[in-house]
Amino acid sequence: MTATILQVSSLTKKFITDKKERTVLSNIDLSIFDGEFVSIIGPSGCGKSTLLRILGGLDTSYEGTALFQGKRIAGPARERGFIFQDHRLLPWLTVEENIKFSLPDAVEHVSDLIDKNLELVGLSDVKKAYPKQLSGGMAQRVSIARALANQPKVLLLDEPFGALDAITKIHLQEEALRLWEIEKITMVIVTHDIDEAVYLGQRVIVLDTNPGKIKKIHSVELSVPRSRMSPDFHLKKDKIYEEFFQETEKPFSYTI
Amino acid sequence: MKNVAAVRYNALIKHWLWYFVLPVVLLALWEGAAQAGLIHDYTMPSPEKVMKTAIELLADGTLVGNMFISVVRVIEGFLIAFIVALIIGIATGLFPKFETVTDFTLQILKPIPPIAWIPLAILWFGIEETSKIYIIFIGAFFPIFLNTVDGIKNIDKKYIELAKAYEVSKWKVIRQIVLPGALPFIMTGVRVGLGSAWICVVAAEMIAATRGVGYMLMDGRSLARPDMVILGMLIIGIIGKLMDDGLKKISKRIIRWN
Repeated sequence: MTATILQVSSLTKKFITDKKERTVLSNIDLSIFDGEFVSIIGPSGCGKSTLLRILGGLDTSYEGTALFQGKRIAGPARERGFIFQDHRLLPWLTVEENIKFSLPDAVEHVSDLIDKNLELVGLSDVKKAYPKQLSGGMAQRVSIARALANQPKVLLLDEPFGALDAITKIHLQEEALRLWEIEKITMVIVTHDIDEAVYLGQRVIVLDTNPGKIKKIHSVELSVPRSRMSPDFHLKKDKIYEEFFQETEKPFSYTI
Repeated sequence: MKNVAAVRYNALIKHWLWYFVLPVVLLALWEGAAQAGLIHDYTMPSPEKVMKTAIELLADGTLVGNMFISVVRVIEGFLIAFIVALIIGIATGLFPKFETVTDFTLQILKPIPPIAWIPLAILWFGIEETSKIYIIFIGAFFPIFLNTVDGIKNIDKKYIELAKAYEVSKWKVIRQIVLPGALPFIMTGVRVGLGSAWICVVAAEMIAATRGVGYMLMDGRSLARPDMVILGMLIIGIIGKLMDDGLKKISKRIIRWN
């Protein structure tokens, strides 16, 4: 777990809107290690999703370097699975057809692969269902199964649970941790939820906005499975919370 | 306590009662006007007279014969239009270069009403089947073509991005994203196209034909038989509605994910 799998150095990303240039990411240096679970958190507009999209190869116009296993990221690849905020299942395909759609044509034992991965996310009985018959949480699980079926080395999650209700969200966070433990895949999650960032990440990267740059990297030395009740968890959360609301208004804090 | 099935059954009956109120009232007014002597057989015959004509023409086979020939023409012209419009529509939707090359020509041809093609069609193809099928083709082509292009252009770019993320081949994207994604639009085009095809066959038959429902209208006029004309018009309306109902059913079945 010492090998670097994703490496970003002096990464800068600019967008041009209405002839004005806006720097979204400025001079980012970051190494993500093989098997690590990293959370990237920041206020909206800090470029956290852009950073993830660059790692995923969905955005390829950037300055600086972004490497995956030492090679420049020049486009998307199956070995870097990407989970979008919306489940992005094709509405006209059933669950199993959706997974099949994402697989290379040369893959053998397709139906075994589909079964195995649906089982992994706890959804063996919805193979023939259409996406609109699934709840939001189920659909997002299917999209995770779809990514896992492609046997990625890295899973990039772009605010994957942002659109879900609080309880489903907690379930899926637990699921994500469990999958990370079983599958030993490097996971990078982008979120604006401090609780989620601390619960999932071994490291929490805090981004600053305007322009987006790394403000601080916290390591979270909590055991897995994690407890949201433990004092350590709350301590870490408070620390990151302060990061965002430093010096400005600090709401009346409470401790249980 | 009423059970659910009974409640649903009652609602259904109510629906159909409302559905047929207006046609029954119109029919009653029509019959009433005839009884009261407000309308005359030589301009506007009574429903009874039209009914008699229907039975008479059914018995000697001319009604069914005319209906059959018109429907066959529509199916032939419509199928050709469907295939050609789909191919050109997909090419236009997928390849901007193709669109650039064809756009001006198609935009000029589009506003020309199918009926305006009749003189040329007769000069080119005579008054036989080919000229009618050509007119129907023109009528059905544009609705299907335009909707196919719109359908393809309206596909959510998110799905294309998804395909990119999974390195899905272009061909698979066309088959599994572009075509199904555009299908609801295409089916709308097909329904409008079939409606237009039906209008076109009647128009073409009224101008130059010896058989068909359109011919039946003109024949009725020259024989001074308004009953035949009205019967023909009702038949055109009924067949048009039935064809659209059929397509609506088919459409529902193939777009089952909605």
